[in-house]
Amino acid sequence: MIRFVDVSFTYDGAPSSTLDRVDLAVGEGELCVVIGPTGSGKTTLLRAVNGLVPHFTGGRLSGEVLVDGRSTREFPPRELADVVGMVGQNPTASFVTDVVEDELAYTMENLGLAPEVMRRRVEDTLDLLGLHELRYRPLATLSGGQQQRVAIGSVLTASPRILVLDEPTSALDPAAAEEVLNSLTRLVHDLGLTVLLAEHRLERVLPFADSVVLVPGRGASLRVGPAAQIMEDSPVAPPLVDLGRMAGWTPLPLSVRDARRQAGPLRQRLAEATPPSAPTPSPDSAPVVARLAKVAVRYDQVLALNAVDLTVRQGEVIAVMGRNGSGKSTLLSQLAGVQPPTAGQVDVGGSAPSGLTPAALVALVGLVPQDASLLLYGDSVAAECASADRDTHLAPGTTAAVLERVLPGLDGDRHPRDLSEGQRLALALAVVLAPAPPLLLLDEPTRGLDYPGKARLVRLLAELASGGHAVVLATHDVELVAQVATRAVVLAEGEVVADGPARDVVCQSPVFAPQVAKVLAPDPWLTVNEVRAALEAETVDD
Amino acid sequence: MSRFALAASGRRGLHPGAWWLWAACLAGAASRTTNPILLLLIAGVVVYVVAARRSTAPWSRSIVVFIRLGLIVIVLRVLLVIVFGIRLPGHVLFTLPHVPLPSWAAGVSIGGPVTAEAIIGAALQGLRLAVVLVCFGAANSLASPYRLLRCLPAVLYEAGVAITVSLSFAPELVMAIGDVRAARRLRGRPTRGLSGLRGTAIPVLERALDRSLQLASSMDARGYGRRVPVTRGARRWASLGTASGLLLIVAGLYGVLVAGSLPGGGIPFVAVGAVLLGAGLAASGRRTNRTRYRPDPWRVPEWLVSASGVAVVGTMVAAGMLGAPGIEFVVYPLGPPTLPTLAAVGILIGLLPAWAAPVEQVGPWAPEVDGTIVGDPSPRAEVVG
Repeated sequence: MIRFVDVSFTYDGAPSSTLDRVDLAVGEGELCVVIGPTGSGKTTLLRAVNGLVPHFTGGRLSGEVLVDGRSTREFPPRELADVVGMVGQNPTASFVTDVVEDELAYTMENLGLAPEVMRRRVEDTLDLLGLHELRYRPLATLSGGQQQRVAIGSVLTASPRILVLDEPTSALDPAAAEEVLNSLTRLVHDLGLTVLLAEHRLERVLPFADSVVLVPGRGASLRVGPAAQIMEDSPVAPPLVDLGRMAGWTPLPLSVRDARRQAGPLRQRLAEATPPSAPTPSPDSAPVVARLAKVAVRYDQVLALNAVDLTVRQGEVIAVMGRNGSGKSTLLSQLAGVQPPTAGQVDVGGSAPSGLTPAALVALVGLVPQDASLLLYGDSVAAECASADRDTHLAPGTTAAVLERVLPGLDGDRHPRDLSEGQRLALALAVVLAPAPPLLLLDEPTRGLDYPGKARLVRLLAELASGGHAVVLATHDVELVAQVATRAVVLAEGEVVADGPARDVVCQSPVFAPQVAKVLAPDPWLTVNEVRAALEAETVDD
Repeated sequence: MSRFALAASGRRGLHPGAWWLWAACLAGAASRTTNPILLLLIAGVVVYVVAARRSTAPWSRSIVVFIRLGLIVIVLRVLLVIVFGIRLPGHVLFTLPHVPLPSWAAGVSIGGPVTAEAIIGAALQGLRLAVVLVCFGAANSLASPYRLLRCLPAVLYEAGVAITVSLSFAPELVMAIGDVRAARRLRGRPTRGLSGLRGTAIPVLERALDRSLQLASSMDARGYGRRVPVTRGARRWASLGTASGLLLIVAGLYGVLVAGSLPGGGIPFVAVGAVLLGAGLAASGRRTNRTRYRPDPWRVPEWLVSASGVAVVGTMVAAGMLGAPGIEFVVYPLGPPTLPTLAAVGILIGLLPAWAAPVEQVGPWAPEVDGTIVGDPSPRAEVVG
């Protein structure tokens, strides 16, 4: 269905090629997952399938990409719209109209289908993706998960043979991600659709994959094969696979169910091991960094936060979780003083943050927004660091030194827009951390981060917490929470529904439990590292 | 009435063309008068209809932006007249220090005596423009420009897309400004003042441009601009017809405006040009085979709404031609405005849509202001069609 024949691609002005002599074949009715570190060329690979690369991006493509027998050399993206449906990283960016129903019909209108056909397909798609109650809704009023489903539906109505998705679940909470992936599997099974999708959160997609394409990046050649085989030595692997490798399970489990069936002996060994201890919440005696008292925030008709009480103490890493639109980002923006609360009091370091001047604010609290590039205006990494020093009246070189600690060896001449997601996050973190604010806020920091990048972030956050900072992060990434959080707060409809030690909160919830906890339940193990440490301690004892 | 109309047709809302026609007619009426009573009456009618008939969709609030814009226009107009305006004689309110200008700048002056007549005249001209803006905002609130675009014939579709992208650019810009200002604050940078403005402008434009590029690539990936194969000759003839038609129309309009420059006053040129242009556009329209999904029907409510708009502008024009006093507000002698009865009654006809038009359905995502369509998921739409 999709064939790459000796494809190489180089962006204009880039020193080296992004894709290098790629040969790839994806058969009909296959669900193929593209994995690889950030910046390895996954998105380029996906966008080459319908010819957006190179027709829209420029650059030089050699070799041939064939979809359903048509070459992207001769057919521009619009002529392939009936064969390939493309859903980008950010669904809102791909919307062309403003109401769900119109959006679903848009591609068909362009293809010139008869009105009766369009009508039937729209109804089918509404049912298939569970969107029928939303048909007249303005797209801007939908939640992230709903938007993602509309984006998928809007390409499905043209009944393409191939669906290409770039990180379809990265913006979604665990339940919504499950929902989207279930719809996709249904399409593959029922309609024989070929699906090619790229994803960083392997723990979510791997159970559904027929085959895996590993894009190692840095000029190394592509590897294609069944998921279990590729996972044996893949540089990116979900916690489940790490656990399987450590315990020596064969075949390597890809779903929690497979793993549990093999996990009996491991559970028995761990039953005798000392249960994990760290990390725990700060004691009540630790100094208070910030406090919310009965805070409510209202946007027009929507109550985003309702009577929220929260105390943040020194040395804590608090994970704020909850479904899309539950008020996580609003909570962070309250702590950062983006707007005054509708009711209640916000107190950060003894003053209300919304009343502070920007210069006074940054000394107390640093926020890295979901889109880290929002914080970056400079035209090179070095200029960005220098201007951050000037803004906050620090000694020249302070920010650059912080950056060196966060991510060593970042080239100072590069433009922030050309950095990978992880590098941009590191730069934004450095800018925010330079004035050493006692409170650090991170909104969805692992979006677009690969596992090594995530591990670096975890180490850095742990270091900051032990250095006396308090960290609050809003995230959907349960594995991140398992690794770094001391305390977890769950929000629903703007209210706090759970607040306690991270271990207790995530283990009690089937939605928020990390993979290791699911495999080893009912014992409260959260991460592979905990298990490894416990096993090593046991061997020493023996 | 509105619920009945809705149930009977199984439609989503009034045809967007009817709303835009109604709003354009009211804007046209506003542009023909400077009487403050009539202008405020038009603004009142427009705001009332929007309040009564707007949906809960996010774009239904765009009229607020346009009202603000209108107020800014009035203030700017008055300020300009105070500082630079032509000095009208009359009741002097205050005198600004006069800056002598060289003789080539005759007609423009900086400073000098400012009269009540000059200020009132400027404020009324500003008000007229503001009311036109409010009418445009009303159209935006009642039917999104995207929906209007869907109704355009295939020929005009591509031109319409350019307009729509530019229309959607404005809200994107407003959102980007909010984001960037918040981000600047997080960086400890000023968000106000000149340096704040400079630091905000570039990232805002960058983001809005990015978004437009994404929109373009998304439209392309979804088949926008697919062509039906036609021979090269046919394509050339279509382009030639369009281009020569446009040229003839421009030349003809010149003849119409400058008497005696072209035979027949230029009108034959315009006529031939229009025919050529129409043929050219029709020929290129055949190259796209776009179809339309659930086209909005044009039924009784649409006729009522557009007729009410036409009635408003019609009575205004008639009143002007009949020479009714007070349509044009005269500042000499200065006095309170009179009320031209015919024009005022005509404007009130513009209220008809407040009862005759259905409210656009957007689903039960937020409570409706007057509670009529709350939680009504409308099964009708599945039955009809």
